Order: sequence, then structure tokens, then C-alpha cells
Amino acid sequence: MDNGRSETMPGTVALFVACVADLAYPGPPRACVEVLEAMGVSVELPAGQTCCGQPALNSGYPRQATTLARRWLATFARYDAVVTTSGSCLSTVHHAYPRLLHGAEREQAVALAARSWEFTQFVTDFGQGLTLRLDAEVTYHDSCHMLRTLGERSSPRELLSRIDGLTLVEMTDSGVCCGFGGTFAVKLPDVSVAMADHKLAQAGRTGARYLVSADPACLMHLQGRADVTRAGIRTRHIAELVSDALVRTEVRA
Amino acid sequence: MPDAAEVPTPESSPPTPPRRRSTALLGRERVVVTRPDWAAATIPAHRKPLPIITRAALDQPGTAATHTRLSGKNREQNDGGWPPEIAALRERGAEIRRETLRDLEGHLAALTAKAEANGVVVHRAATPDDAVGIITGIARANDVRLVVKSKSMATEEMHLNAHLEENGIEVVETDLGEYIVQVADERPSHIVGPALHKSKAEVGALFEELAAERLPQEAEDLAAFARTRLRADFHHADMGISGVNFAAADTGTLTLVTNEGNADMVTSQPRIHVAVMPMEKVIPRLRDLAVLVPLLCYAATKQKVTVYQTMLNGPRRDGEPDGPEQLHLVILDNGRSSIVEGRYREVLACIRCGNCQIACPVYRTVGGHAYGSVYGGPIGAVLTPLLANTKQGRDLPFLSSLCGACFDACPVKIPLPDMLVDLRADYEAATRGRPRRWLWRLWAKAWDSPRGYRLTMTAARLAGPLLPRAVLRRLPGPGRGWAAGRALPATRDAGAFRAWFTDRRPR
Ligand code: SF4
Repeated sequence: MDNGRSETMPGTVALFVACVADLAYPGPPRACVEVLEAMGVSVELPAGQTCCGQPALNSGYPRQATTLARRWLATFARYDAVVTTSGSCLSTVHHAYPRLLHGAEREQAVALAARSWEFTQFVTDFGQGLTLRLDAEVTYHDSCHMLRTLGERSSPRELLSRIDGLTLVEMTDSGVCCGFGGTFAVKLPDVSVAMADHKLAQAGRTGARYLVSADPACLMHLQGRADVTRAGIRTRHIAELVSDALVRTEVRA
Repeated sequence: MPDAAEVPTPESSPPTPPRRRSTALLGRERVVVTRPDWAAATIPAHRKPLPIITRAALDQPGTAATHTRLSGKNREQNDGGWPPEIAALRERGAEIRRETLRDLEGHLAALTAKAEANGVVVHRAATPDDAVGIITGIARANDVRLVVKSKSMATEEMHLNAHLEENGIEVVETDLGEYIVQVADERPSHIVGPALHKSKAEVGALFEELAAERLPQEAEDLAAFARTRLRADFHHADMGISGVNFAAADTGTLTLVTNEGNADMVTSQPRIHVAVMPMEKVIPRLRDLAVLVPLLCYAATKQKVTVYQTMLNGPRRDGEPDGPEQLHLVILDNGRSSIVEGRYREVLACIRCGNCQIACPVYRTVGGHAYGSVYGGPIGAVLTPLLANTKQGRDLPFLSSLCGACFDACPVKIPLPDMLVDLRADYEAATRGRPRRWLWRLWAKAWDSPRGYRLTMTAARLAGPLLPRAVLRRLPGPGRGWAAGRALPATRDAGAFRAWFTDRRPR
């Protein structure tokens, strides 16, 4: 691993839920807990966490974003490892916090970013022992911030390749934005929706049953559009897919 | 306005032979203008709001086909990233451009001194109007009636063609793409490929309208049609106007990079030449071209070198077979001397390759005209609000999903996404008294406390059943934009994860 993160699996991680998951997408963080526990990791849920602040920042309100950035750091600073099922929010910690904060706070942000994992990164790094099996054909959408800000293209694919019986059919333009874009989705809804249609069309062309991604926000937007246009494909967060694929070796109490 | 082309010269006109009018534009009056007002060559003074223009753009016939074409081009140009040798040029190019910007005035002074020593007349224009005044002044002083032009985005900033035409001077765009948009009375939709938004069939139909006859429709035929029409104009024009890609401060050499060779004709045939450059086009040294030209060509078209590089050092000297008698260089500011002093300085590193536009999914989806500005796409969304004469483009930074593709695509590594975010903050700070400012403050206050956050979850859970999609799409506010085209997120699940997590581990 040359990504600067720990090479030994942390025994305990703090889960960063992210606001979209809290508001409407309980599945991904729940699946994350299940998968991490299957790996023998103990998951804590720091109670003080809310949102990373990205919605405010990208809407032109950096001061409000900074307020939430400070809260985020204060909440997670005491943990050795942080895991999240929202790649985009983690990219905010990586890229936006050092721009918003200065001095000691910036250093704290950089240090904390270095011990934070997006879900697929964590499971790819440490989940080799998992037995995963699921008969499914899926296609994968790279969320923008995970792909371009975190530079993470391989972990989700590596993880999918570890699922027995699963076929990944790559779509054309997998790295092209789905059109969500935070408040862009409501400020310029027609453009946002047209971009979702392009994405759903490409995904549909693969013939895959599931459109998988690692960001709840993209999926919320894409599923919302697919519901209206009756696109055949269903969206699924990669954590949920991996949780579906878990072959448990112990009887669970 | 275009119908002046064929006015017969009255018998009583003075004995001088009648001046030739443009051949290339013959029949222009026959072309029925079908483009929407926001695609016009001259941008309307009161632009419609972005949601309206973009909606209209999405409804335009051809927009979907443009998206398909541009997506193919994007895959060709940007999938796979930068090959190692170009990546190395990219590092060096990015640094050369930043070096330039650290002392822009110094480099401009050196350029001016060198160019003047070479016999070039150098003009500085603070505003687009100043530049128009200078150029029309040169035209009038030299009794110019017909101008041939090669690509220049700086002249678009000043709507130069319209101003020259108002002064009775005919202007012919000689770059094929520019010629197409000129005939269609549009402005360029892309900074390198002005007519990228037009399919071959659309161009064919346009040329047939212009020619009032059937034309063979292969791409080469259409290009040949334009070339044939343009040939006579090169010969008869009194003045050439071109852009500049790079102006070397150490030698005063102006370099133009083109695919068609028209710049060679424009700069060498007419007796007067005016090169127009925005002030950031200066580069420190002529040898920097070895980095910047291949970088520009690769970023723009994935070619290693373009077909033509035209270099201008000065007017024709005694014994030289061609070249203009007068060579003028107009250096346009239009707010750039302020930009270079501020936090957005790096945007002036731009070498106008257009790759951020091709890489942008919003640009590909709505097309370049939908930005309602001279420059569209990510570079336009950043540059337009910063230029001095484009106040109405201040909201353009919001026309982006902040996906970051433009940054990866930029040959000189301009942090366009960060700039878009910062410009949004500038925009919000400048528009006082908006209720949304208070909403964001309230939001930050609420979400800076676990209790406030929990309350939001409860409110979301309760509001879900009360505000189904059918209702929400009729109410004002952000929910409407969402609900118009998408099912609502399952807010009945708000807070469900935390409840699940707590329940499974009773304390
Ligand atoms: S900003 Fe970068 S990518 Fe865009 S046109 Fe300028 S140089 Fe090219």
C-alpha cells in the first residue's frame, strides 16, 4: 500500500455516517457496520457527528462550511481510524478542509485525512479474509470526488472482483458525472436530470441488473430519476452489495 | 446588415474602380437565422437566467446529438489521461505560465519594446471599447473596406465584427468553424472548435442555403466550398485580423497555431495586419514554444503538432515577397490587470486549448451557447465573472456540478473547480439580503449541534408523508427543483440508521 494509510488493520474504527445517509439512506452505513464486524473490526458511532460541510461550501458559504469542518474534526480527532460510506464527504476532508482551515487546524485535518478510509479502501486493504459470494451482474459508477479528488478508481473494482459469482460489466463513461452536484441538483434541475439520463442510458446499455456506486448522494439522485423514467436498472450502494455477498462463517446471535 | 454585400455600384460613383465586397459572404442574406438569442454573435444586454437558458438549450434540436459527438471526442482526448512525455510537458508548461504571471507587466513591457523595435505598432486597450476604437481607427485611417479574420477569442470579447460592420467594413471569418458560425449569425460555442455544436448535415444545409444550390455533402466537399469562397477574399481584403497564441517577450515574435493554414493567408496577404491578444498571451522566451506549442496541440486535439504555425516578427521588409506593410498588435486588458493581482491569477495561465470544455459533462450536455457568454464551459464559468465587462455572467460558476474533470483535463493545471467554489462564495457575498443567506446560517447553527441535527431528521421524517412529490413540485423552494424530475429520497428513513445502531447494542 503506498497510500500513506496504516498497513495494519485498526481494531476499532469510528464510522462517519454522512448527512445523506442519515436523512434517507440508512442502508450503506448499516451494511458497512455488518461488513466491518464480519472482518472483526469494532465499529463506534461518535455521537456528535453531523455533516462534513460540503453542501454549504459548494453553495458559496465557506464560513458555514468551516463551522461544520471544525465540528467534524472535533468529533473524529480522538479516533485512530475513520471509515465512511460516502467517498465525496471524505474528499471534503482531504481537499476542502486544508483550504478552509489554517495552522494547527489544518495540520489536524491533514493528519485525520491520512487515517480515514472510504469503505471500499478499508475493505480492500484489510478484508482479504472475507468470503464473498453473490450471483449478480453489476456496473459501476465512479463518483466524481472519489475518483478525481481521492484518486480512487481501483479499490471498488478490486473489491467487486473478490465477490464470487459477480460480474462487473464496465459502462462507457463510468467516470463521467451523474449530474447530482449537491445544490446544483436543485439550482439547475433540468441540467442535473439530463445528466442523470445520460448516465442511466450508459448503465442500461450494459444490461447489468444493478448500478453500483460508493456514494449515497449519486445513488439518491440516479434512483430518483430511474423511478420517474422507469429505467430498468436498480441502484445499490457498494457496501450493501458487499454485505449481501457476505458468506457468514459463524452463527450470528 | 449583410445584404450590403451585393449593392450595385451606382453609375455616378467616383472614377476609382469599385471595391470588391466579400465573395465568401455572398448570399448571407438568404440564410434564415434560426438560432436562439442566447446563441447570437452579440450577447443580448439582458441575459435570461441560467435555468431558463439551459432548459431551452436542452430542448433545442441537436443538443442531444452534440452531446453524443462531444462525448466521443472527450473519450478520445481524455480517457487514459496524459501520456508520460506530455505529462512532463504539462509540468513545465504550467510553470512557464505561472512564471509569466508573476511579472506580467514586466514581460509585456519587454514584448512591447521588442515588437516596436521590429516595426510593430503596439496598442494597449484597457477596455473592449478602447480596442474597438483602436481597430476601427486603423481601418478608417487606411480606408479599409474588407477584413479577413482568423480565429481570435479576444475579438469576441469586444464583439468586433458587429462594430466593424456598423462602420461599413465587411468582415469575413476564414477559419472554417468561425466561418460557419458567422454565416449562421452565431458566436463560437467552443474556443477551439467554434462550430462543434453543428453536425455535418447542419453545416451542409447551411451552406446550401447560402449558395442557393445543392452541394455535395461530404466533409471535404463542404470544406472545399468554404475554401473556394474564401480564396478571393484573401486576395481582395485590405486588412487582416488575427488572434495570437503566444507572444514571446524576448524576441517580439507572435505565434499563431492553426489547423487550416488560413492564418498564414490572413497575416500575409492584406496590406495591413492587426493581431489582437489578451494581455496574458505573453510568454517569457521564444524557446518556451518548444513546450507550449506541443502541449497546446495535444490538449486541444491530441495531435503532437498542428499543421500550421504562423510566426510574425514585423511588417514586410524591403525585398520580402509578402507580409503586411503595417503590423499592429492590440493588447487587451478588460479586467485582467486586476485578475493578475488577486486570488484568481492562475486563470490567466490558460492557453485556450478548450479541453476543459470538452471534458465538462455540463458543457457537453447543454452546449457552449447555454452559458450565455463569450467563453463557455469551465474556463468560461471562471473567467467571465472576473472580466470587467461581463457583469451578467457572475452566476456562471453555479453552472457546474464540480465534478473536477476540467482540472484533470487542463494542460496548465488551473484549479478550475476550486475557483468555481470560491467564485460562488464571492457571488453569494455580493448579493446581500437573500433569504438563502439566512437559511445557510440557520443550517450551520442547527447542524453544529447534535440536537439540532436530530431535530432536522425528525422534521424530515415527518415532512415526507406531508409533502409528496406531487405537492413538492408545486411549492417554491429547493424541493421543487428536485421533485420536477426525480422521485424523492426516502426521508421516512431519516434517523433510521442511528436508531438501528443504538437498538442493537442496548447499553
Ligand atoms: S483552462 Fe486549461 S483546459 Fe481550459 S482552455 Fe484554458 S488551458 Fe485549456
